[in-house]
Amino acid sequence: METILNILFSGVFNASTLFLVAAGLQVVFGVQKVFNLACGSFYALGAYFGIVVVKSFVAGGFPKPLFIAPLIGAGLLLGFIGPIFERGLIKFVYGRDETFQLLLTFAIVMMIEDVIKFIWGTSPQTMGGIDLVYGQLNVLGATVPVYNLIVILCSLIIAALIGYILLNTKFGRIIRATADKREMSEALGINMTLVYVKVFTLGTVLGTLGGALVIPATAAVSEMGVELIVLAFAVVVIGGLGSMKGAFIGALIVGVLKSIAISTYPELEMLTIYIIVIAVLVIKPQGLFGGARV
Amino acid sequence: MKTWQEITSLKNVKIWVLIIIGLFLLGIPLFASQFLNYLMLTFFAYAITVIGFNLLFGYTGLLSFGHALFMTVGAYTAAFLTGKFSVLYMEAILVVAVIISSILAALIGAICVRYIKIYFAMLTLAFGMLFYTFLLKFYYLTGGDEGMRVLRPYLLGFNLSEIPKMQYLTRSYYIYTFVILVILTFVMWKIVSSPFGLCLKAIRDNPEKAEYLGVSVKRYRWYAFIISGAYAAIGGALLAPAIGQVDPGLTYWTHSGTLVFMTLLGGFENFFGPLIGGIVYIFLQDKVMSLTTYWRFIFGAILAFLVIVAPGGIAGVVSSLVKKEKRDE
Repeated sequence: METILNILFSGVFNASTLFLVAAGLQVVFGVQKVFNLACGSFYALGAYFGIVVVKSFVAGGFPKPLFIAPLIGAGLLLGFIGPIFERGLIKFVYGRDETFQLLLTFAIVMMIEDVIKFIWGTSPQTMGGIDLVYGQLNVLGATVPVYNLIVILCSLIIAALIGYILLNTKFGRIIRATADKREMSEALGINMTLVYVKVFTLGTVLGTLGGALVIPATAAVSEMGVELIVLAFAVVVIGGLGSMKGAFIGALIVGVLKSIAISTYPELEMLTIYIIVIAVLVIKPQGLFGGARV
Repeated sequence: MKTWQEITSLKNVKIWVLIIIGLFLLGIPLFASQFLNYLMLTFFAYAITVIGFNLLFGYTGLLSFGHALFMTVGAYTAAFLTGKFSVLYMEAILVVAVIISSILAALIGAICVRYIKIYFAMLTLAFGMLFYTFLLKFYYLTGGDEGMRVLRPYLLGFNLSEIPKMQYLTRSYYIYTFVILVILTFVMWKIVSSPFGLCLKAIRDNPEKAEYLGVSVKRYRWYAFIISGAYAAIGGALLAPAIGQVDPGLTYWTHSGTLVFMTLLGGFENFFGPLIGGIVYIFLQDKVMSLTTYWRFIFGAILAFLVIVAPGGIAGVVSSLVKKEKRDE
């Protein structure tokens, strides 16, 4: 029972950050129709930047348990690179063949990986177990780090927030309208440029925030973006491209499966995930929640 | 007797240029350094892979982001046959690599060609990563992340284990690989200019119309997938003895990205584009890597530039310059 709970909790923890990155991927794909491979790189940048901010926060003599605030701040702040990439590169390939859009984001992946190596070097970076400051909690015999629960909670709040924004605000309605019919929304007087910048920034923030939140519990390595993007890719394929609900369910499936596989048959860890991805693509290429808009 | 005009007509000039380039490439070992030869050798292996890849990408319009899978199949075939089964005949390795990769490509292709564009790219990426984790996790079979050693194969039945390694690679193996490249390039030329190749182009430009005209779109895409898979496997099998060691990194999705990069760099709209891209990529990478460890950044910037400004690649830029020249006259 305890082990099952442990597996489940670590799975949901995986899922919570995975969801953020995948949600970033989805929102950009939904509106711009660009499959952004660089989402994983934004995640890696968020992680490294989070380490820098938290370390200087602690070095500045602030109380350790408050580190979550600057961490989230770092994730949000780093979102400013979104408009830079959108205006500087991505905007040139709207309306071009998907192949070229994909390749352009691949170029960004290559560049960011080296930027990280240039700034932070190749050795893994950690926060030195700062997440343990919150201690551990006993849930029905299973010990769960409290920090992980906080991350799960944050992720749920963000998910609810995205849901609220998409369904109940003007911006959300514009996003959904654009995802549905771009020309029509443009004809109705919506400033597309602005929407694109905002949406891409949202996608970026979700990635950087995901990276910042996950990093106290693990170590940052320069390849983490390249590794995560294939997981996020699995999530969106299983959930359905462009669907937020899909990202949520997909992240849960991939996250929990991953932790089950790790604790039972480590050899099969990623193998099962890819097999599911292929199975989903073959049986229902639009994914579990495909067809439903953002 | 041929008239002088006939000999110097445009088509013949092109053939002469190719022959001269071919002889030049063949003659490189006579005067160039061993290292340069070695780079050329890697280029030959990649050239075979990308020229097959472009049948799928440039001619059929399908972007595979997992094509390194087949290259890896070829490379591991060489490693298994030489290391575990003591089969050292290169010809046997190539035949087995083609058979295995064709079967695999037929299976994977049967699933993938039902989709196009982004879904096709994603499916192939998923298969590539599936194979990657397979190689990584089943280490008792594949050596895991350390990979496997590749022994020196016999060429045309000759046991060449007496010669020093670099001499073997830059002389005998160099010529061997080059001849295979020339043959396969010629075969590919025949394929793309055959009715089959024209059908592929028609499918790329307008699948509905092609289907309407009686071309079985999926079947032709499937054929193209198998052929390009077999080409990649030959490239991989030839690359393996040159690098001497194969590891799962060969099938990681970024390596597939490298193949796309090479093709785009040279120009996917031109038959020889991928070859140009391959040679430029390999030599540029060597140059940039010797200058800075951050070569990926520079290559990323080049790729971004290509995508935004010059999607036709080097061949595209050159041909548009030539056209401009002609217009000005």
